[in-house]
Amino acid sequence: MKKISTPYLLLLPGFAFLFVFFILPIINLAQTSTQTRVVGGDVLEYEQTLRLANYLDAFIENREQFTRSFIYALIATVLALLISYPLAYALAFKAGKYKNILLVLVIAPFFTSFLLRTVAWKQILGEEGFVVPSLRTFGIISENTTLTSTSFAVVMGMTYNFLPFMTLPLFASIDRIDPRTLEASEDLYANGFTTFRRVTLPLSMPGVVAGTLLTFIPAAGDYVNAQILGNPNTKMIGNVIESRYFRIVDYPTAAALSFTLMAAILILVTLYIRKAGTEELV
Amino acid sequence: MANSPKSQALSQEARAILNSKFSRRALVAGAGALGGAALLTSCGSGDDAASGSGSVRWGNWPLYLDYDDESQLYPTLEAFMESTGITAEYFEDYNDNDEFFGKVQAQLKIKEDIGYDIVTPTDWMAARWIRLGYTQQFDKSNIPNAGNLLETLASPSYDPNREYTMTWQGIMGGFGWNAEKVPNGIRTLDELFAPANKGKIIVLTEMRDTIGVILLSQGVDLQTVTEDQFMNAVDFMEGKIKDGWIRGVKGNEYAEDLTAGDAVAVIGWSGDMFILKDEYDGKFDFAIPESGGTISGDNLVIPYTASAEAKVNAEKLINWYYDPAIAAEVAAYVNYVTPVKGAQAEMEKIDPDLAASEFIFPSEKTLANLSVFRSLTPAEESTWTEAFQKAAGN
Repeated sequence: MKKISTPYLLLLPGFAFLFVFFILPIINLAQTSTQTRVVGGDVLEYEQTLRLANYLDAFIENREQFTRSFIYALIATVLALLISYPLAYALAFKAGKYKNILLVLVIAPFFTSFLLRTVAWKQILGEEGFVVPSLRTFGIISENTTLTSTSFAVVMGMTYNFLPFMTLPLFASIDRIDPRTLEASEDLYANGFTTFRRVTLPLSMPGVVAGTLLTFIPAAGDYVNAQILGNPNTKMIGNVIESRYFRIVDYPTAAALSFTLMAAILILVTLYIRKAGTEELV
Repeated sequence: MANSPKSQALSQEARAILNSKFSRRALVAGAGALGGAALLTSCGSGDDAASGSGSVRWGNWPLYLDYDDESQLYPTLEAFMESTGITAEYFEDYNDNDEFFGKVQAQLKIKEDIGYDIVTPTDWMAARWIRLGYTQQFDKSNIPNAGNLLETLASPSYDPNREYTMTWQGIMGGFGWNAEKVPNGIRTLDELFAPANKGKIIVLTEMRDTIGVILLSQGVDLQTVTEDQFMNAVDFMEGKIKDGWIRGVKGNEYAEDLTAGDAVAVIGWSGDMFILKDEYDGKFDFAIPESGGTISGDNLVIPYTASAEAKVNAEKLINWYYDPAIAAEVAAYVNYVTPVKGAQAEMEKIDPDLAASEFIFPSEKTLANLSVFRSLTPAEESTWTEAFQKAAGN
């Protein structure tokens, strides 16, 4: 008896937390998502009509923002991977005694609010910042091109904001690789590229999968970057949900959109994990 | 609830950054609205109050009350506490009409204390509060100064006898611009959408101002605007967004875009532009469109969740701010249209230049060129807001 109950007791706080802060809100959200506005009623007056078509309407009306969210999240994830992999590799194998300091530097941005960092990007990429005038001096962008309020700025902001989520799991994975496996590869006459392709990359795959998931999932639902760095033509699904909830006071559509986003992410992630095969993750 | 998790995750200071009213003080700090974040503190412990006759909690827009940097106190509010013995707690957390409503509506619905005895919604939101029965009728015997309200503001359609609302400040909507980039200024919609401004134009998220200004330029009366006329104006805006003329539909943050040089022309608010003009030595300017601008007000409202005692204190507070001398002190700081008769004469004593300002004390001629957006039915409010939000990319 005692043997069985102890693990359950240990799980209790976690379950209780999830129940109150996840299960209950999800049930509430599900109920809200199928309600409709009372005809002739005031704002906030909804009735339960079990209207599943809310989902279809919400998706069709906002498919543009859905598509955009996933495309932006995908680009940001790929960019973050391309930036993070060499960084994590260098941290694991080449940093020597500076390893810990460099790791702290990777985490350092977390000491400041996400929002402040995004607002800072607005300043950096702004007309009065140093980036735009320098690029103009070198003729890389024209006099009339601006960087803020563009899809470029939104994707850059996302890449920057989620970079540590990519770097840390990658570092953890690469750091665990036994350097002797790389030596063995060289002994077998593999060149640097082959060693990377046949040894390093496969051994670091758990980090790649974890990093891409940790970047892609929050990026797809993000709305802060699009809000601060974008323009009306770069709005993401998070912005639509915010607008539906607060501005239009259309809670059912906001709820249906939230569920659709969750489902879409879940499907994509499942497909991805199947394809990538992550025994060590699950 | 069907809230987006991110928006709940945003901290208080984060919301302040996204939404805060632009201020002279924040500009001095050189960080735009960022400065406002640190100021979300309440004020006055009440230790020095004359006698302990209760308290009142006021939720107002950030940087919307005279503030003294050195003492970190609100002078007129301190004086109120000293004079009445009432402890006033002041919260600068009314950042956005929609957001604040979203935050407190669940408690209001079940009549649970929302933590404020006075809140400061804009006209249309005040109308919604009244409609939903979320407000308390004033006992005017506690507000003898109510008679000081300007006649032009005395009977709005949503509260014809001012039984539930008293104006805090009035806000004009019109054109703002960077005078270095747009030397000839902007008086018409065509001048706003001049080729040189393409991609550097921002309009307000407050649809009654943005669409109001567009409608007025199309010769539509805001008191009788129909759904077709409204949608036509929304289509106009949507076209300008799709074609890359408008770079953003924003709240107070448009001021940051102006100072950062990313925007050169806006549909904006008088008080913000007045402050920018002052701080940047005339680099920015504001004008009411030739075809007319909008005027709206933020209102002092007592939620029906306030206790009987708190309600009386709230009424005394309203009465305090309707004293012309006090109103002038506030106006000298916030630079919005003051609703109190006699404040202009009091302002002469503080700052004669400000007393002559059309932005704070608009003349009959100026007022004649400003329109109030008519009240919308709940159904219209939903459909029109939805159309506007969709045009803005949401």
